Amino acid sequence: MNFSFSEEQNMLKDSVARFVQEQYDIDTRHAIANSEQGFSTENWALFAELGWLSIPFPEALGGFGGSAVDTMAVMEEMGKGLIIEPFIATVLLFGGVLEQAGSAEQQNSTIGDIIEGKLQGAVAFSERQSRYELADVKTTAQARQGGFVLNGEKTLVLNGVAADKLIVSARTSGEQFDQQGISLFLIDANADGIEKTTIQLMDGQRVANICFKNVSLSQDQLLGSLGDGYQALQTTIDKVMVAVSAEAVGLMQTLNTTTIEYTKTREQFGVAIGSFQALQHRMVDMFMACEQSKSLLYRAVCSMDDDNADPIEVQKNILALKVMVGRAGQLIGAEAIQLHGGMGITDELAVGHYVKRLMMINASFGDADYQQNKFSMLANAE
Amino acid sequence: MDTNFSKEDLAFRDEVRAFLKEAWTEQHAEERQARKTGVEPTINWQRRLYEQGWAAPGWPVEHGGTGWTTTQSFIFETERASAGAPDVAPFGLKMVAPVIYTFGTEEQKQKFLPRILKSEDWWCQGYSETGSGSDLASLKTRATLDGDDYVVNGAKIWTTYAQYADWIFCLVRTDNSGRKQEGITFLLIDMKTPGITVNPIKSIDGQHSLNEVLFDNVRVPVENRIGEQDKGWTYAKALLAHERTAIAGIADSKRNLTEIRQLAKQEHSGGKALMDNPVFQARFTAIEIELMALEYTELRVLASMADGNGPGVESSLLKIKGTELQQLIQALRMDVAGHYCGIIKGDLSTDQIGHDFADEARIDYMYGRASTIYGGSNEVQKNITAKFVLGL
Repeated sequence: MNFSFSEEQNMLKDSVARFVQEQYDIDTRHAIANSEQGFSTENWALFAELGWLSIPFPEALGGFGGSAVDTMAVMEEMGKGLIIEPFIATVLLFGGVLEQAGSAEQQNSTIGDIIEGKLQGAVAFSERQSRYELADVKTTAQARQGGFVLNGEKTLVLNGVAADKLIVSARTSGEQFDQQGISLFLIDANADGIEKTTIQLMDGQRVANICFKNVSLSQDQLLGSLGDGYQALQTTIDKVMVAVSAEAVGLMQTLNTTTIEYTKTREQFGVAIGSFQALQHRMVDMFMACEQSKSLLYRAVCSMDDDNADPIEVQKNILALKVMVGRAGQLIGAEAIQLHGGMGITDELAVGHYVKRLMMINASFGDADYQQNKFSMLANAE
Repeated sequence: MDTNFSKEDLAFRDEVRAFLKEAWTEQHAEERQARKTGVEPTINWQRRLYEQGWAAPGWPVEHGGTGWTTTQSFIFETERASAGAPDVAPFGLKMVAPVIYTFGTEEQKQKFLPRILKSEDWWCQGYSETGSGSDLASLKTRATLDGDDYVVNGAKIWTTYAQYADWIFCLVRTDNSGRKQEGITFLLIDMKTPGITVNPIKSIDGQHSLNEVLFDNVRVPVENRIGEQDKGWTYAKALLAHERTAIAGIADSKRNLTEIRQLAKQEHSGGKALMDNPVFQARFTAIEIELMALEYTELRVLASMADGNGPGVESSLLKIKGTELQQLIQALRMDVAGHYCGIIKGDLSTDQIGHDFADEARIDYMYGRASTIYGGSNEVQKNITAKFVLGL
């Protein structure tokens, strides 16, 4: 039993923490979020240089061969810094699906470029009606002349604006909610027939609604085998849920620290408000919510890195974590604002921005209600 | 004990419904939907209410009140909310007016009340200061008597819609020698007076409703003082209970919950209505049951007021529970918006976005965080309840 980071993991963690401390204060972050691009290409190049973009990829593909614990270590620090650069979208999602489903040729032509910071990617999986249901796919890819024709719309695609390449889930057979019959395609983001609408989310991210009108696809743009795309997508998103949960734990820790500091300095009735027991107990609740989230996070990553773990247990760990992070995030976010009083309502203070990111994490890849229902069905089936 | 409506009450309800059906026109609904900035839509609606004679139900009849019974006021509120019509802006009609007609001079009543009733003046509230939030009585903005004027210096913060205001009602410090609650004076200040600066504060919903108001040697005629010098705290306290009762917003919460039930029935996930997700359902019904209780708590308070009591410390209970439920309902609506809940609509159309209420849900949720802070934070309400109700 060991819950400590290795020396290498500590170095990785420190490297992100140092970047945040030296180059990513909240004003810098705001300026980046409000820029035309929505993130900094200079920072992206730096991330590549520091090796962060290579972490989850296998050594055979030029990666660091990192474990779930390695990704967690990085994500937690990224959360503390409220980093907006599209690490999740390009490296974990786009890179993740390529690693899961891509042919050697497809991987060779993309993963090296991701690691070097030269390629931005996005995975387009959600639709207007789909909510969090990955199998709810109306977008179609019809077989034609040795290839396919893609039609439909994907919504709120993470990094959909800056992406050079897209992975799109589309139905090649079956009915709207069937897991079977969903195929994945690798597409140039500026291919003919693609139209994008840029949307800003409250955490500053730029996402895109992307329409596909008769987009021609060749056979070699298919990722994995025909109709079997769902599993690769789900497996990748499971990993990403754990990564964003690690980010959430980082956000929670910063919110807790900031709130405790504020209540030590803010005076009302002639004393620091942190001296009131009613508020102390609530900050203890916030602390406990964060620690409980961290425990489920460790539980999830340890089971993911264990080759002998029961896949159902791993699945349950991941769902439980996402539920906990959603609920704890809501509690900590609400209390952090409340204990900051009127100041917590201002756009100027960092608190609100951390809260918004926590809320967006809850609403990504399935919120707490959705995952709790899924967890319940899985646990009851045993 | 009996909570049935009388025949007269039912007739009154029909009258209210008929009025709302005609007056709360499509245009009003659209204005609200479009979230036009500024206070014009609110003013237009208040003027329509004034024409009907219903702008100020709580006022004494001689100043323009309706003379409604408690039940009638309850019926009006319920129908108003259920039609989707907004409540009036509280600052003039519900906050400063009761102070003026209770503690003001005859001249002040003549000068201010008719203009408030007709929504000719927009008012804002100058209470909080940077160092005086929950501990409101520690306020430091100073007023010094100089001839027939007070000279006001200092700063107020979190002033809602100060950018549109014609007048501000302020608590200012006129004496430092005694208890901090003593030495506070209640002043009515014309916002056009030289020396007043309004600075905007952008809030976490991305909007601008809050402001900082600075006073630099602002001259206020003594005739604009409410009651006696140094006794302003007493007048303000009487008003705060009214404010808290109004903040509970129970009729609107009921309406919002009904709307969310409809939305959650239409919203589908994996072919099943969201309302049929057992986890969502459990959260929804827990809120519904709390709200059913709070509706009757409010009725009990109103009935007690009709007997000539309060609103006393029970208003704290209404404020705490009412705002907690508002926030839970706002969170539910965000969850119904689902993966769309974080979008900022900006200049995009509903069709481009692919969702119709997510943007509004986000703004309401984010700004809604303020409701447990303003009007005396819920923590302070609990202190008040512990002290004055539980006797601790």
